[in-house]
Amino acid sequence: MNPFQTILILSAAFLAVFGETVLSAPRNLLGAQIDLLPAIMVFAALNAGLPTIAVLAIFGGLWLDTFSANPLGISILPLMLVGFPIYARRDLILRDLPFAQFVIGAAASAIAPALTMLMLLSGGAELLVGWGTLWQWLVMAGVGAFATPFIFSLMDWCNGSLGYKLRTEVSFRPDREIRHSRKKL
Amino acid sequence: MFKQKNYLALGAVVIVAVVLLSLPTRATSRLKLAVGSWFLPLFGLASASQQLPADLADSVLPRRELLKQIDTLRRENQQLRSQSVQSLAIARENDQLRALFNWQKQSPWKLKLANVIMRDPANWWRTVQIDLGTRDGLRENLPVVTAAGLVGRVSSVSLTRSQIVLVGDPSCRVSATVENAARDMGVLIAGGTLDTSLVELTYLASSANLKPGQSVITSGLGGIFPKGIPIGQIVDSRSVEYGLYTDARVKLNANLGSLEQVWVLFP
Repeated sequence: MNPFQTILILSAAFLAVFGETVLSAPRNLLGAQIDLLPAIMVFAALNAGLPTIAVLAIFGGLWLDTFSANPLGISILPLMLVGFPIYARRDLILRDLPFAQFVIGAAASAIAPALTMLMLLSGGAELLVGWGTLWQWLVMAGVGAFATPFIFSLMDWCNGSLGYKLRTEVSFRPDREIRHSRKKL
Repeated sequence: MFKQKNYLALGAVVIVAVVLLSLPTRATSRLKLAVGSWFLPLFGLASASQQLPADLADSVLPRRELLKQIDTLRRENQQLRSQSVQSLAIARENDQLRALFNWQKQSPWKLKLANVIMRDPANWWRTVQIDLGTRDGLRENLPVVTAAGLVGRVSSVSLTRSQIVLVGDPSCRVSATVENAARDMGVLIAGGTLDTSLVELTYLASSANLKPGQSVITSGLGGIFPKGIPIGQIVDSRSVEYGLYTDARVKLNANLGSLEQVWVLFP
């Protein structure tokens, strides 16, 4: 596992949560607050190991709930429930295709807030829910869909520019090479 | 299909989530404060970058413009001073009348200015956080206003920050009075999910004579919000539950979508 990638993913989640709390322009413009954590989770699930996914779910959820009126820890499980199935089936997903990233990003960005709301409602919380919630849900899914391929390219670029590749051992050893030559005795 | 370590990771996440959710409220607020402090450098950076364009604009403002502004402010100051003298006289008279009838004396509310530092990242709550906390004397349920009108109340307080639950959130209900002849009273509850400027005024009398444009103010009932804080104006009304009571939509005076500074009221 490449620890740089884990640090990069956590940094992206940190900045995403910070941006969501500070920037009110998307909310004023679209009528909905966007959430980039599911899109980052899609990237982590398709490219990183399970410990990274678990750490992202825990810290991402914790950071989001810190600045929200949500009970602390409520966003952890939805993020994990989005990331884990993608990780489990990632060998069957064409992860390099932007369209695949778009579709999975849309699904993840729609499922994560829906699961959080479901958990809150089942806990008896009184939420601000109405017909407008449907629009907010669509906006979150749409923005998440468009953001996922962008996050993939950004992360790949950061990985390529700042990270390092793990050195792979090859079986070839020059000292054991069988030389096919005619030696004069 | 899955390895054992996969189940272990999933189990660890579930355990962490369950432990966090079962923590007592006090521990949760302390943990929120601790985790929130990780973001302090970024918040400092953001406020500095927001201040920079304003400082630059101030430094290049022409002298003529500044003199014009000083003149306007001087005139406004004189007007406010004369109004203040009048209101002092009225307050004195009010105190004398209260003493005459043995009514309880009203003490004026103190104000403390606070900056809005962040908004709730979730769509299903309507809260903001301000940069005042217990060290500034804040406590729960203090009313929060702007010059335009009511904003909400303090819902939770930490050492340096406080969470304000805004009017229109399901957990912020306000007893309100319509400024008409009958002084109809109702309860302000959450409005639409998309438009933050509209809230619902419910449980009004079925005979309420409501007209668009009538002002809505706090009634003083409920013990949190003092009487007479402007809230908004009636947009429209409708009879509900087969005429049992009336609901009205109220357009808020304060623009909750672009709050930057608010006043916290202290008794």
